[in-house]
Amino acid sequence: MNAPVPGALTSSLLYLDGVSVSFDGFKAIRGLSLTIAPGEMRAIIGPNGAGKTTMMDIITGKTKPDVGTVMFGGTVDLTKLDEAAIANLGIGRKFQKPTVFDFHTIEDNILLALKSKRTVGKTLFWKTEGPQQKRIDDILGIVKLADKRDRLAGSLSHGQKQWLEIGMLLAQDPKLLLVDEPAAGMTDGETAQTAVLLKEIAQDHSVIVVEHDMGFIRELGVKVTVLHEGSVLAEGPLDQVSANERVVEVYLGR
Amino acid sequence: MITRFLLQNMDRRAGVFLAIVLGLALLVPLSNLLLPAGSFLHVPTSTMSLWGKYLCYALLAISLDLVWGYCGILSLGHGAFFALGGYAMGMYLMRQIGSRGVYGNPILPDFMVFLNWQELPWYWWGFSSFPFAMLMVLLVPGLLAFVFGWFAFRSRVTGVYLSIITQALTYALLLAFFRNDMGFGGNNGLTDFKDILGFNVQAQGTRAALFSMTCVMLAAGFLIARGIVVSKLGKVVIAIRDAESRTRFLGYRVDRFKLFVFTVSACMAGVAGALYVPQVGIINPSEFAPANSIETVIWVAVGGRGTLVGAALGAVVVNWAKTVFTSGFMAPYWLFALGGLFVVVTLFLPKGILGTAEALWARRRKPEVAPAAEPAPAE
Repeated sequence: MNAPVPGALTSSLLYLDGVSVSFDGFKAIRGLSLTIAPGEMRAIIGPNGAGKTTMMDIITGKTKPDVGTVMFGGTVDLTKLDEAAIANLGIGRKFQKPTVFDFHTIEDNILLALKSKRTVGKTLFWKTEGPQQKRIDDILGIVKLADKRDRLAGSLSHGQKQWLEIGMLLAQDPKLLLVDEPAAGMTDGETAQTAVLLKEIAQDHSVIVVEHDMGFIRELGVKVTVLHEGSVLAEGPLDQVSANERVVEVYLGR
Repeated sequence: MITRFLLQNMDRRAGVFLAIVLGLALLVPLSNLLLPAGSFLHVPTSTMSLWGKYLCYALLAISLDLVWGYCGILSLGHGAFFALGGYAMGMYLMRQIGSRGVYGNPILPDFMVFLNWQELPWYWWGFSSFPFAMLMVLLVPGLLAFVFGWFAFRSRVTGVYLSIITQALTYALLLAFFRNDMGFGGNNGLTDFKDILGFNVQAQGTRAALFSMTCVMLAAGFLIARGIVVSKLGKVVIAIRDAESRTRFLGYRVDRFKLFVFTVSACMAGVAGALYVPQVGIINPSEFAPANSIETVIWVAVGGRGTLVGAALGAVVVNWAKTVFTSGFMAPYWLFALGGLFVVVTLFLPKGILGTAEALWARRRKPEVAPAAEPAPAE
């Protein structure tokens, strides 16, 4: 029922078709098909073990699918590239557990993420130029960490680390952002602010958000894909999806 | 560009370290050569050579700190790169002996004559030239580290597994160099050196020059390592140490960055070994012993991991203690003391001597503002 329409490949930013992967006989993803249009923001929900994180691992090159097509921008086969190459193509990822560089200052965390040539030689003789410094300052402003720029990232609270990581994604300036549970462990106030932040980002980036928090998804107000046992169970606006009997049965009802 | 690279973000700790090392380079040889032997400030030649040895170890420790302290690669085989640099220097020194050997063969070193070899093996060619030998001091350890790192880092071997294979690497070299038919003098190694660049290695003046050179190379090695760790590449390398896969998802090719610091570090260790050999007068396979590499790790841990200066300090302090210990009645207990030191540092001084001293210093300086009676500590 979720087979992509013809022509979806060329018009899509991200195109997954018939993707399956199994670990030691366990099918984590089975026949997953998904299309993300340029500029689209999509929320992905599903119970534990539905394959959300594995899907992100496949898109970012950490896991290779057993079968299936994973195309970026209609032409690039992501299954043939490694993590670094995929990141440099313009796919950024925020992990479920905030992962920042604890022993670097907040500013250095952003600097490391800032879009630039990632070669050994270029980083060895790197000098931050005016426009790059301005970009770092802008991002620190957006994620509200400008006054803490010289502090070590390890000293931040959980919620601030989540934002720093979103800031690092912005610095990468990817075409597609994969955001895994951005509101996990946040207070209600922080959650609301995070939703605003993500909506701002979605204005000029494509975003995939994996989230458990229904209130958060509602605030985002975007198309929702429900995963279950490694494939797509339902897709559409949140109200329509949450009215779906199967969805209620496997997920929302519990 | 190079000067900017080496001197960027100069801080006080680095300045003090460089001043001390370069001061030693100048003052110790002057005192040794110009002051009369009875003078209070006279440094005897034996002490100078001993400290020259410590400073070679300090350079080795800095090279290990670069990969372990900053990149998280716990190499338990850095002694191999040190020994290879030492052998390259030893081969040059052997070729300088010429016909003054016991057997008087103008081409072949004594041990080859003894083994009834007729001609110099190909891998000894060129070692009569000093520039060629110095090139090999850098190239041989560097190339080994590059090839080893290429396979290890691309296969994403990390942590304890990597440590074990570095240990295996140095052990394999130990066994290989023990064999007489390898052509490196077997278990006797290379010794009985006569000249370096035409100067007698035993002469006081040569020893003073070697000491100075060791200080200069220690300062240069420190500047290069510091240039690397304060650059953006250094930040990437620390990021790899703390969150390797995160760094990869940012688009950095982690294996290449590791390979770069590992290779630079091996070259540096090779230089340390090359300076060590003429000062101690011998290089033999025991330098490849795994225990040596592990001891180097202890120096770095004791001095303060991830500080460069601390690594050098740790090397000097531990080796000085070793000299004191092993020359007295406590000699049989040295290894217990070393082990105990490592345990104490790990448990109570996780930041090493330098980190702890700086923390104490910072704590002393803060209350300075409040009680005005306390005089400001002297700079």
